[in-house]
Amino acid sequence: MAGLHKSEFANPVINWIDTRLPIFTMMQKEYGVFPTPKNFNYLWNFGALAMVILMIMIATGIFLAMNYQPNTDLAFNSVQHIMRDVNFGWLIRYAHQNGASMFFIVTYIHIFRGLYYGSYKTPRELLWMLGVVILILMMATAFMGYVLPWGQMSYWGATVITNLFSAFPVVGPKIVTLLWGGFSVDQPTLNRFFALHYLLPFVLVGVIFLHVAALHITGSNNPLGIDVKSPQDTLPFHPYYTVKDSVGICAFMAFFACFIFFFPNLLGDPNNFIPANPLSTPADIVPEWYFLPYYAILRSVPNKLLGVCMMFGSLIVLFVLPWLDTSPVRSARFRPIYKMLIWVWVAAFVVLGICGAHKPEGIWVILSRIATLYYFAHFLVVLPILGKLERPLPLPESISQPVLGRRSGGGPLPGAAPAKPMEKA
Amino acid sequence: MRPMRSLLASAFAAALSFSAPVMAAEEPAMPNVGWKFEKLFGTYDLASAQRGFQIYSNVCANCHSMSLLHYRDLEGIGLDAGQIKAITAGVTVPQGTDDQGAPKEGPATPANTFKSPFANDKAARSANNGALPPDLSLIVNAREGGPNYIYGIITGFAEAPSTFKMQDGMYYNKMYPGHQIAMPQPLQDGTVEYADGTGTSLDQEARDVVTFLSWASNPEMVERKQMGVRIVLFFIFMTGITYAVKRRLWSDVH
Ligand code: HEC
Ligand code: HEM
Repeated sequence: MAGLHKSEFANPVINWIDTRLPIFTMMQKEYGVFPTPKNFNYLWNFGALAMVILMIMIATGIFLAMNYQPNTDLAFNSVQHIMRDVNFGWLIRYAHQNGASMFFIVTYIHIFRGLYYGSYKTPRELLWMLGVVILILMMATAFMGYVLPWGQMSYWGATVITNLFSAFPVVGPKIVTLLWGGFSVDQPTLNRFFALHYLLPFVLVGVIFLHVAALHITGSNNPLGIDVKSPQDTLPFHPYYTVKDSVGICAFMAFFACFIFFFPNLLGDPNNFIPANPLSTPADIVPEWYFLPYYAILRSVPNKLLGVCMMFGSLIVLFVLPWLDTSPVRSARFRPIYKMLIWVWVAAFVVLGICGAHKPEGIWVILSRIATLYYFAHFLVVLPILGKLERPLPLPESISQPVLGRRSGGGPLPGAAPAKPMEKA
Repeated sequence: MRPMRSLLASAFAAALSFSAPVMAAEEPAMPNVGWKFEKLFGTYDLASAQRGFQIYSNVCANCHSMSLLHYRDLEGIGLDAGQIKAITAGVTVPQGTDDQGAPKEGPATPANTFKSPFANDKAARSANNGALPPDLSLIVNAREGGPNYIYGIITGFAEAPSTFKMQDGMYYNKMYPGHQIAMPQPLQDGTVEYADGTGTSLDQEARDVVTFLSWASNPEMVERKQMGVRIVLFFIFMTGITYAVKRRLWSDVH
């Protein structure tokens, strides 16, 4: 017989379980003593925050589903029934509705962190790509969730977005019919969107598990973007980062609670308080704020097929980012030009978001075209070339060295090797 | 919530003011009534909401349904069980079938939803020149500008300018997009008589009915804000505590 696991836990019950199924040893290894770079800043909170929101979304979602009716005649009123008659239904529903926005705020910041500190570079390419899968799954989940309350924006948003697929030659119309389950957004659409909206979050849980598993193989990146060289560079995850993450979680919950309790409809659209009506199109069909940048990319191109391809392309390009960025230096701290251009890219993304909220006329078309151009050029042209041209600043010897250096009044410690520029790969 | 939204909107507009001339054309100014319930910790003026309910029942209910509200919900604007019983006693609603299987009617109970003026949308349209009076249960949330917009509609009726071409059966309204609305002016000075002696200027009537409609759209608001204060303070406090713990824990990390 293969040897049983030798558990080191003193508690006899835990020891008994752990001997047969070493989950406690695993938790201890992955979240207890897990060596973590000691120089994280608060941007490293956002992964944990996303995890917290995912759990909140699943918990509130299950309670919503207990009272929700996926039927075109009943859906709108069943959501209002939750708001008005179910005990604390308004709290559950507002938490779920605003939670979706929080999820995107947190995830976008999390992604920015990865871009700024070069966390997508080797050896973390697969980790990054799993992250992009998570983003796409989140979008699909949120899109289908928004259809469920069956308001005017639910209905017309679903109609506009599903119709996009019809742009693809040959298979396009077939895909649309498949999505609809018929010839327009109707009862079958609502039913399948509800089923998928319930399913996808659990698929997300699976992909997030892989994302974290990959992270625990490569170890975390850090603000300096250099590898961990010695145990001196790290701290055990617990208690150092469990406590630091707790600070972030509490602050985030305060922020989240302001939305739920004081501005629950700030991020929503008044049109979604009107029941879906296939006979009356709202003056403006706008998606939720977190889709606006992609919506602007779509509408910046006069050709529908090209627009759709660009919209999906704006996400697909993230998959190959690890190979587009040719610089071996990870952190923007040591890349003077990249450090500026990443903000230009962020500005382009924000401008796209603003453009997406306006009718594509006049100045908004021009702005969205310029921003779209930079969005893609940044990845496809700038990063490949920049890696060859840019002269990175000298990299520190190790993570502990600059920290020690700063504490003792600046300058390298006597005895520490002087910083030397990293050789180009 | 809405002040915040318009604040954000105007911030964007200011930042991008070069595009302003394109947008500004023809937008009627949104009135700013300064509702107490729109303030961060503001609550509903219950006396006003009760007067607003009176206006709704006497005037608006002739055309508009409020099908998401139950009579029992009126406890939320401070009516007691006896007052609610008195209201429902005067309302006749269908009550299933009698022993012979014939449809039966009877007085409403507090558990009934507000009775709709028309049997269905078609009946409502045919009585209103083809226009459908929208259900008012969520009307304040369902319009950009919220209570200020609804107030603007109620007080926005006027003589059409001589150059303006009106269609038959339509009424001129300064607030309504396109300025032609199918609703005849519902309220004027002195349309109702208040038992509590409050003046019945159009402004007062409009404030009261909008207060009632705002409550109807967000009946949980007061409870929500009260809970919110405690929860936000709790998390701010916890942020402080955990931050202090974190500082101590990390003090020996170099
Ligand atoms: C004689 C019937 C009638 C009465 C009484 C009436 N309304 Fe209306 N109302 C209508 C109709 C019809 C419409 C639809 C107008 C349109 O589509 O042009 C309407 C529309 C509205 C709208 C929506 C405007 C918009 O932006 O779409 C509001 C708000 C409103 N009414 C409030 C009230 C209030 C408050 C009262 C009571 C003080 C009231 N109405 C009384 C018939 C009526
Ligand atoms: C990744 C996690 C999730 C995201 C991003 C998400 C997003 C959303 C969004 C944006 C809405 C529309 C809210 C509105 O405007 O009313 C919604 C509604 C809904 N969601 Fe989710 N959701 C998630 C998880 C879940 C889960 C796990 C369930 C069920 C177990 C669920 C059940 C529902 C139900 C029943 C509704 C309709 C009620 C309503 O509209 O408030 N959700 N979701």
